[in-house]
Amino acid sequence: MNQVANFTKGFIKENPVFVLLLGLCPTLGVTSTAINGLGMGLATTFVLVMSNLVVSLIKNAIPDKVRIPSFIVIIASFVTIVELTMQAYTPALFEALGLFIPLIVVNCIVLGRAEAFASKQTVFSSVIDGLGMGLGFAFALTILGAVRELLGSGNIFGIELMKGDLMLVFVLAPGAFIALGYLIALMNKFAKS
Amino acid sequence: MEYFVIVIGSIFVSNIVLAQFLGICPFVGVSGKLSTSVGMGGAVLFVMTLATIVTWVLQYYLLTPFGLGFMQTIVFILIIAALVQMVEIILKKVSPPLYQALGVFLPLITTNCAVLGVAILTIQKEFSLMEGVVFAISNAIGFTLALVLFAGIREHLDLMEVPKGMRGVPIALLVAGILALAFMGFTGLV
Repeated sequence: MNQVANFTKGFIKENPVFVLLLGLCPTLGVTSTAINGLGMGLATTFVLVMSNLVVSLIKNAIPDKVRIPSFIVIIASFVTIVELTMQAYTPALFEALGLFIPLIVVNCIVLGRAEAFASKQTVFSSVIDGLGMGLGFAFALTILGAVRELLGSGNIFGIELMKGDLMLVFVLAPGAFIALGYLIALMNKFAKS
Repeated sequence: MEYFVIVIGSIFVSNIVLAQFLGICPFVGVSGKLSTSVGMGGAVLFVMTLATIVTWVLQYYLLTPFGLGFMQTIVFILIIAALVQMVEIILKKVSPPLYQALGVFLPLITTNCAVLGVAILTIQKEFSLMEGVVFAISNAIGFTLALVLFAGIREHLDLMEVPKGMRGVPIALLVAGILALAFMGFTGLV
């Protein structure tokens, strides 16, 4: 399998958020700013790469019937590592992301890649797949976060770009749905033409 | 009075789907029809309440006394996965009609982040067991309310003429955004 295509498919063609529509809870929940979106994306990338790595390493040792619970234990272990690391080194981001860090465990992308890809492919392809999918997820979250931050508070990554009357609603809950709806519509338009 | 605040707070003010973004996958995926939304809501109510009780007991009688707080995520998700399996097996034996009604939705619930989310929130908010149960039930009602409202709108949406690029999920998300705006009107109620 072509590793370049394997890596880049997560960005546009099979983007987890815009095309596959997986992991929408953290996508909507944490993207009130671009930096939160990026942080969440990178945390998920770490979990994805590591769980893909471990699952593809031990795929022959796991009996088929207990496959899903085993995957969940592997994923949950890496989520706990991320949780404790972030709590220690990036407490501000840890506070901002809150409940959504432990909830990486139930992010459909992670389990989906373990089940659909890592349990069937070689170790190297699985790591590349995890990296590509994870960065594609981070990319989508950062874009959504940047759009919401710009429209809602006039900043991107905390740098002021717009002044005057802004649409505060985009930083709040309804704005998350609306911004993501329009982004997916744009993606549909350009991906299919 | 305390319970009343929890109930109103979790159903309306900080609705689990529309304000806290938990359980979006079934919200977008299952809510095409009114009848399936009610079924999904019932299954969530059942599992969420059970999961909250079991995880609460485990947290305060096993994890906290033995200093195993860091194991919370792993233990909770395993408990929920096991619980869903058990409920499925028991329902199949004891009450086939109920199994018929809820059966298809049960496997989906393991990856429904609302269940794990509510279990963790109950611990974070330091609720007592009784408060936790009330919290879980009212969150499940809030979830069902959002799903049913949304399904009602989507059934009508199918008959509308929507621009090509907006069909399906994008228009559904816009509608959800407007619904969330409506729920923002409850802010400050409790």
